[in-house]
This record gives sequence, C-alpha cells and structure tokens, in this order.
Amino acid sequence: MSDTHAQSVAFVRETEIPQQPPPMLESGAVKWVRENLFSGWFNTIMTLIALYLVFKILVGAAPWFYNGVWDAGSIRECRDILAGKTGACFAVLVDRWDHLVFGFKYPQDAYWRPLIAFLLLLVAAAPALFGKYLPRKMLILTAIYPFVAFWLIWGGTLWLPVMVAASIIATAMVFRLVEGMAISTRQILAGAVGLVSGLGLAWLLFKGAGELVFIANNIGASGLSIVPYILFWAAGIFTYVCFIPMGIFVGYAIYQSAEDGGLVTIVTALFAIYFMLAYLLGPVSGTLNSIIPLELQAVPSRDMGGFMLCMILGTVCVSLSVPLGIVLALGRQSNMPLIKGVCVVFIEFVRGVPLITLLFVANVMLAYFMPPNSNFDLILRVIIMITMFSSAYIAEVIRGGLAALPKGQYEAADSLGLNYAQATRLIILPQALKISIPGIVNVAVGLFKDTTLVSVISMFDIVGMIRGPIQQSTDWISIYWEVYGFAALLFFVVCYSISQYSQWLERQLQTDHH
Amino acid sequence: MAEAAQMQVSDEVAITIQNMNKWYGTFHVLRDIDLTVQRGERIVICGPSGSGKSTLIRCIKALEEHQAGSIEVDGTLLSSDLKNIDKIRSEVGMCFQHFNLFPHLTILENCTLAPIWVRKTPKKEAEETAMHFLPKVKIPEQADKYPGQLSGGQQQRVAIARSLCMRPRIMLFDEPTSALDPEMIKEVLDTMIELAEEGMTMLCVTHEMGFARQVANRVIFMDAGQIVEQNEPEAFFNNPQSDRTKLFLSQILGH
Ligand SMILES: Nc1ncnc2c1ncn2[C@@H]1O[C@H](COP(=O)(O)OP(=O)(O)O)[C@@H](O)[C@H]1O
Ligand SMILES: [Mg+2]
Repeated sequence: MSDTHAQSVAFVRETEIPQQPPPMLESGAVKWVRENLFSGWFNTIMTLIALYLVFKILVGAAPWFYNGVWDAGSIRECRDILAGKTGACFAVLVDRWDHLVFGFKYPQDAYWRPLIAFLLLLVAAAPALFGKYLPRKMLILTAIYPFVAFWLIWGGTLWLPVMVAASIIATAMVFRLVEGMAISTRQILAGAVGLVSGLGLAWLLFKGAGELVFIANNIGASGLSIVPYILFWAAGIFTYVCFIPMGIFVGYAIYQSAEDGGLVTIVTALFAIYFMLAYLLGPVSGTLNSIIPLELQAVPSRDMGGFMLCMILGTVCVSLSVPLGIVLALGRQSNMPLIKGVCVVFIEFVRGVPLITLLFVANVMLAYFMPPNSNFDLILRVIIMITMFSSAYIAEVIRGGLAALPKGQYEAADSLGLNYAQATRLIILPQALKISIPGIVNVAVGLFKDTTLVSVISMFDIVGMIRGPIQQSTDWISIYWEVYGFAALLFFVVCYSISQYSQWLERQLQTDHH
Repeated sequence: MAEAAQMQVSDEVAITIQNMNKWYGTFHVLRDIDLTVQRGERIVICGPSGSGKSTLIRCIKALEEHQAGSIEVDGTLLSSDLKNIDKIRSEVGMCFQHFNLFPHLTILENCTLAPIWVRKTPKKEAEETAMHFLPKVKIPEQADKYPGQLSGGQQQRVAIARSLCMRPRIMLFDEPTSALDPEMIKEVLDTMIELAEEGMTMLCVTHEMGFARQVANRVIFMDAGQIVEQNEPEAFFNNPQSDRTKLFLSQILGH
C-alpha cells in the first residue's frame, strides 16, 4: 500500500488539517444580530420600535435615579434638596433600613443574630442544593441548621432546640430498631402501638368534644347567634359519640398494617416524637438551662418583622410544603380508600379557599380551637396555614409528574421485587420530581411573594412595615415608589435566583443526551 | 435444530399452571390455562394480538392476580400472600417490549439497584456481578452511560442483563424485539439464544419464528385467552392441527 502511495501521490499529508474558523459573517455577535434582530423587514421594524421604546423609558427614568437624594431626614427635607427637580428620595431607605429589614420591634442589639442566621442559611442550603459537587457529609450542616437558626432568631435557651434535635434523633433510632425487628415482634408491637394510639385518639377526641361544647356554651352565653351555638353543640356531641369507634378503628388499622411493617414503624416513630415533645421538652430543657445556662435574649414572635419575616416564612414554608406535598400526592394515588379520601378532601378543600381566608382563620379562628390557656404562637399558626396552602398546590404539581411516568416504570420496579417504599423512593419519585421541578418552583416563587399577605393580619412584614410605620409616619408620609420599588427589588432578587437555580437543576438532571 | 437437541430439559418442574382463569372486570381474558414447564425448557408463545399472551406472562410473574385455578412457580404457590409474591417477583426475571430501563440511573445502577435493595448484596459485589453480565450481553464500557444514550437493541440487552443480575432461574420475555428496528433484532435474539444455550428456563412471547425454530423445544399458540395448540417447533410449523393456527401461521409467514 505505502509503495503505491509513494509512487502515485506526490504528497501525503501526515496530520489532519486543523478546523478553520467559520467566516466572520457566520460567527459571533454579527451573526447573532443579523439572525435575531434584522432577519426580515418585519423583524427589523419591530427591533427599531423596541429600541426606541427602551430608549424613551431610559431617558424618562434616568433623572429620577441620578437626581436621587440619599441623605435626608424626612420627605420635606428631600423635596427641599431636589428643589423642584424630578428625583427619587432614596433617603428613606437609609433612614428606615433597619425597619425594612428587621421590623420595628426586633431589638437593635440583636440584629447580628438574624444576619448570621441568614449567612448560615447560604452555607446550609448549599449541600442540599448543589449535592453533586459537595461532600455528602456536609448535609449534616443542613440538618443542624433549623435548630441553630431558630435559636439565633428567637433566642431563649439553647437547650430547647437541642432537646428537639435529640428527640428527632431518638425517634430515628426507634425507627431503625423497629425496622430491624422480626415480623412477629413487629406484630406484637403493632398491636401495642395500635392500642395506645387508639386510646390516645379517643382521649384527644374526648377532650376536643369538651372544647367544642365549651365554645358552644361561650357563644350561647354571649347571645350572639343561634346557628354557631347549635353547630358547635352538634359537633361536640358528634365527637363524643364517635370517639370510641374512631379510636378502635385507628388502633385496628395500625394493628392490621403489621403485615408490611412500614406504617407501624412510622406511627411508632411519630408517637415517640409526640410524647417527647409534649411531655419532656419544656421541663427538661428548663432544668438543663438552670444547671448550664446557655441563653440569648428571647424575642417573641410578634416582634419579628420586615423582610426578615418574609424570609423566615418563605424558607420554612417552602421546605415544609415540598415534603408534605409529596406525601399528599402519593396519598392521593394510594389504593387505600381512607388515605386517598383524606388526601383528596384536604387538597380540594385547601385549593378551594383563598390564602387570605386561611390567614384570617390562623389569626382569629385557630385561637378558638386551642385549649383556653395555651398560647399558640402566631408565626407558627401562619406557617401552618401557608404550608397547608402551598403543599396542596405542590401535591397537584407532583401528581402531574407521577401521572407522566410511563406505567412500565412501575412494572419494572415491581418485577425486580422492589417493595412500595423502595420503588417510590428510588424509581418513581426521582423521575416524578424531576418532571415537576418547574411547577414546584412556580409554587415556591408564588408562596414567597404571598408571604407579604400576612400584612393584612397585622403582622409587620416588609409590606406591612411600609404601609404602616413608614408611610404613616410624619417624616415619610406618602412616600411610595422608593419603598415599594425597594421591596420589589428584594423579592425580584430572591425569586429570580430561585428560578435560575431551578433551570440549572433541570439541566443537571438531564440524562437523555449529553 | 441440532443445537436445540443438545440443550438439556430436566425432569424437574419449574412452573405448573392448573385450570387458571383470569378476568379483567367482566372480560374473561384467560380461560382454563393448563401448562407445565420443565426446568431448562425454552417455550415460545405466539398468537394474535389481544389473545392474552402478555397477561399469561404477567400472571406467572405475579404482576397480575388470577381469579381461579393455581400457579406454582419453583415450588411456590402464588396466592395473595405478599411474601410469596415478593419471592416470585425477585426470582423470575422479566423483559418487556419497551425495555423499561430506569432513565435516571446509569446502566450500572440499573443493574445493581435490585440486588442491592432487594437481595441486600453489598454494593461492590453487586457491581462485580453487573460487570460480569454486561459484557455477556455485549454492552462493554457503557456502564456509566444513561439508557437514553443507548440504541434500542442495546437497551433491551441491558434490560436482560438487569434481570440476570438477580440470578433468576426462569426468564420471561414479552415481545422483546417488537419495538426494535430490524437490524437490532438480531443482536437481542443472539443474546437470548446464548441464554438458552446455558440452560435457562425461558418463556418467550415472540413472533420471531426463526428464533422459535432454532431455540424452542415447544411452541404454544394462544387465541382468545386459550391455549389452542402446542407442539415441537418442527411439527408446529409443518403440520399445524387447528384451523386457527393455520390461519395465524399463514398470516405471519405468508408475507
Ligand atoms: N389492565 C387491563 N384491563 C382491562 N383489559 C385488559 C388489561 N390489559 C389487557 N387487557 C385486555 O386483555 C386482552 C389480552 O391482552 P394481552 O394479554 O395484552 O394480549 P396480547 O399480549 O396477547 O396482545 C386484550 O383484549 C386487552 O384489551
Ligand atoms: Mg402483549
């Protein structure tokens, strides 16, 4: 071969010709502009019109920005400085910075605490958000974070969050223990747990019935209205009549579930956590604190405010409502009619009610349902309501993801012998969640912005601060664009980051063609 | 034919189906199925679409419940007892028409998932098993790719490897080549032939009659939920007894 070549071909290139760059007109900015802005007469006209509009808007708005006054004590001073010129009065942001960010009641010498909590949030969120690129061990940071943040923001004794964390770890250990047990032991345990929980539920219902009757009598005594009086009495009697059968039913259901053992472990774990929370935490952490005092100045929930409140509500509610939404979506697909029914009713009910109604309920009504002497934290109530609300939406988004999976995936998982929990965790959820990312992010962004609705139940989040203490103060009366623009900017930064993150995540999870 | 003769069929019984019936609602899908499969048998099941072939296979795999009669697989009676069902499911391998690989997991993870989670095999051992079977189905050096990056034929062979990693004693195939382009059919069939030569007990729903002639020791023809006819391949193709079989064969071999 090589001989023939040597004779017939004068020159044989030994290396490949390097690729040549495409001609100038076919690459880079020029090509992009030509193809996207001036590809035809229609496109060209639209481009010119758009450019003109952008130009006009910039020219109109620019003086407002560059004439802006940053140093003034009140809106009148601001106007004096501007002396008739168009210009923003950014001084309000400087003057009321603390209020916008922390609310007007949070103790000033404790501002560093939420700040550190915020910085730690960035650290703690990283392992959960960028799991692939960070060591798995860092997830421990994410797990500890809620307790640290709670302690930093609310203050009080460190022992309380430590105890809660300890009880969660203990519950996980109970879970492991039960999981490792032989089926026969588990069945006995299920019987015991069924009995305890049945009795517990019966007892709770009994107390609840008492409360309902108590409320009924209160309403009756106030002579306000006959309808709620009768309703509450009826509900009370209904609960009295139901409590024994309900208790027995739940107990029996738990006992029956011993077959798979899965539910039992969960219920056992829940009970462990419940008892520890209710009966141990308060006294034990109090005692520990008196021995080794580890305390920060306590800040009550009603003193939280500003953008900090939005961040607290946003992060807590998003991180709670995603898991809850998953559970609801799976529950809605369940073959067990009771579980399915509960999930459907919950989702449909919550979706059918405006969030603002739920917030009013949290503010006013929920107090009725609590035992008279308990003081159930307002922020906690609001968190419960927002979480319920968004978890119902997230559940529906995830249900869409579940429905989009081909039936073959379930079959393949079944045919390999994976049980329900394994198939769900390893096969179904990873794929369904991936499909649901855009929808979940949509709900999360909406939720984050909806946290400003708490201003209508007289909580002073950033919008509440602007509408109340800032706009109604004599100094900054009727200031408008600057403060709302600032709030919008803050929300935009957060929401835009969330959306960018989700797009990045979607690209990461793409597996069909690299 | 020579090859088929070499393959051993033992006296041991792998599957016994007696008088089995199944309904979907009021629709009677499977009627009075009686079938005994010896260990080492290679059975091809054919029949017109909708005749209940998939349903039969899925009943054996305990993916569907039957309402009357009995199915015994590997000495275990299929009942509603969950433990038995799990046992059958993990000991009988199955390949589907549409492969059903898990698209979010790599080829290797697809193969090691069930051994790790169902059999509790240590991860390293499971990976060694997978790396033993993947070259056997001629998927070398693709272990870290995702299913979406492979061709259909490759995907089906990975699916076979995934089943084999569970060390099944019986393999079920439900039209493993019907979703494939013609040039990929052969590579999958070759893999199946190799499997048969190693003495695997196999039930294949397929219309690849060449495969049936070469590998099967019995061909079963189903129609309208019944087993109409079964025979050795030679006799089945050359001398079909029932009219329905003749019609089916003329349609499938005719063109
Ligand atoms: N899940 C189901 N529900 C109701 N009918 C079904 C279901 N699956 C299959 N069938 C019906 O049962 C019959 C047999 O189906 P199948 O076993 O898939 O046939 P084959 O695989 O031979 O083409 C068909 O008529 C089909 O419509
Ligand atoms: Mg079929």
